[in-house]
Amino acid sequence: MPLPPSAEELGLRLRHGLTLQTGPFHFRIQSAEPAVARGLATMYTGFPLGPDEGLRDFHVSVDRVRGPRRWLRPQIEFLHDGQAPFKPLPAGQAFAMLEWGMNWCIATRAHHYLLLHAAVLERHGQAVILPGEPGAGKSTLTAALMLSGWRLLSDEMTMIDRDDGLIVPLARPVSLKNRSIEIIRGFDRQAVFGEVAHDTHKGTVSHLRPSADSVRRMAEKARAAHIVFPRWEQDAPTELRPRAKADAFMHAASHAFNYSLLGRLGFELNAALIDACACWDFRYSRLEEALRTFEELVR
Amino acid sequence: MSAEWTVLLRSLREPPTMAALDAGTWDLLLRQASSAGLLGRLAALAQAAGIEGELPLPVRRHMRAALTIAQQQQRAVRWELVQLAPVLERLDGPVLLLKGAAYAAADLPPAAGRLFADIDLLVPKAQIATAEALLTFDGWVSSHHSAYDQRYYRQWMHELPPMTHIRRKTVLDLHHNILPETARIRTRPDLILASARALPEHPRFSLPAPADLVLHSATHLFHEGEWQHGLRDLVDLDALLRQGSSESGFWDALLARAEVLNLGRPLFYGLRYCHRLLATPVPPATLEECPGRPSALAAALMDWLFVPAFATGHASCRLPGSGFAAQALYLRSHWLRMPPHLLLPHLAQKFWQSNVLDRLAAEDPGPGAGPRPKRPP
Repeated sequence: MPLPPSAEELGLRLRHGLTLQTGPFHFRIQSAEPAVARGLATMYTGFPLGPDEGLRDFHVSVDRVRGPRRWLRPQIEFLHDGQAPFKPLPAGQAFAMLEWGMNWCIATRAHHYLLLHAAVLERHGQAVILPGEPGAGKSTLTAALMLSGWRLLSDEMTMIDRDDGLIVPLARPVSLKNRSIEIIRGFDRQAVFGEVAHDTHKGTVSHLRPSADSVRRMAEKARAAHIVFPRWEQDAPTELRPRAKADAFMHAASHAFNYSLLGRLGFELNAALIDACACWDFRYSRLEEALRTFEELVR
Repeated sequence: MSAEWTVLLRSLREPPTMAALDAGTWDLLLRQASSAGLLGRLAALAQAAGIEGELPLPVRRHMRAALTIAQQQQRAVRWELVQLAPVLERLDGPVLLLKGAAYAAADLPPAAGRLFADIDLLVPKAQIATAEALLTFDGWVSSHHSAYDQRYYRQWMHELPPMTHIRRKTVLDLHHNILPETARIRTRPDLILASARALPEHPRFSLPAPADLVLHSATHLFHEGEWQHGLRDLVDLDALLRQGSSESGFWDALLARAEVLNLGRPLFYGLRYCHRLLATPVPPATLEECPGRPSALAAALMDWLFVPAFATGHASCRLPGSGFAAQALYLRSHWLRMPPHLLLPHLAQKFWQSNVLDRLAAEDPGPGAGPRPKRPP
């Protein structure tokens, strides 16, 4: 059964807690915040609703912080199994905080996977991994590729299964920041955005709904074929150049959340990934040209 | 005892029973074990019992993740010892590893799936200043900066303020005794140091004698005020006792050593709750003959505090008296640590510091002052 499409109905269930399935994980989410219900209803359209009982991977909640402050400057806090890993945030960032909290749950606990801080999409059976420094234009590119028919596996976290080396999708919303929100709105008028959170520690943030195809196929693993290190530069010509594998290895390792934690296994998974992939440096300024380059890459 | 909590205890006692648990029970058990710091331990027990393959897939994944963290922390502890050995090479006398570092370095039974926070070292009191100087030159810095805290540790405690390595961020506790200087019971650290044996793999470091490891584990558990890891520490003790019990004469030697070191009372509590909660095979005669054994009434009173306190790890385990018990035991730990004429001024100072000074500081963080709030990734 999918998530209820109306924010009202979803909000009622959310008060008591509902189970959201994203890729291999079941999140039990509880919140009385209407903004969280609206965010889930808009961003997680078509996601499967898990059972209300039984084994869930993460138990999280987003709710108002009690106390006199709630009348002046209301704040919300994220709890994981009753514990707060972060300081509270202004109430206007409720849905964004849920997203960040879910990322934190995965990054700190899902060590069944090698976790790379990278976006990953798939086309014609080939997955393309996009590690990127903040500001490198990774999320903008990810959003544009998804809106052009690529299947989104993840915008934030590339999960490599330690059992088979394949990439496991999450299909969660794409987080866009600052100028990229307007760029993607301009790129595709049909793109569905969530409410905009201003003045977060990442600036202005809004989420983009994953494509229906990405959500429908969230149980379908993918094999990595390319690693592309993107870099957006004002007025730069579109340029795709091979990157040395040893260098790509070190770069991917430094973008992993749990590379050293996994020890030898982390090395082996990363080495197998780099062996299996063509590695590229990619410089761009024009989105349309960038998309054409990516189409050629997987043709 | 809450029904939920008994599942965690039963899983620790009889790991094969985990194979029959349903998904709803696992939903709670995973969180209880995780908040008690025991999920890696359950994973190691499930592997040893050969039932890992019978567990639900998400449980296996969470367990493997917890084991991965435990293994990484043990690697880190061993690596830290490799780094520390040349630093302490010139120090006279033995350097003993205590608790987690000892279990990891000697691969003792409690190490399997165990989490580690810091490294505990014990050196002769005459060497503590030299040891501190050598560590400081290597980049270990004291983490407690207030003059009061420094004096508190140096004058009254059995250890220096915790030290953190500036680059590796490892935390190290340098001890010269296993009980505070001001504690109600006095022990003999010189005898513990003299009975230690150098570790073949890390020859600069020594391991306390088997009975001393047990006695220190029990003393630490029943004299410290932090019960968040109470059950985890009891599980350590259980593992040490089970290993020891396979050797003949272990229990008698343990009692004799407790007498010599004046640590009969904490040993008694350790044996009692290991037996009660984890079904450790403690011979009844050992409990009967334990030196420093409290009266039946006193023991019953302590049951009323200790048993709920072991259950403080997770909201679902908490018993009606858990919060009170944890508070009472926190006060008890201070009572055991210092006589009243030192204790009352100390608690007043701590209250003043945490309720007045720290709050004032929090209201007005100057530029760059204080820890930055943790932000979501």
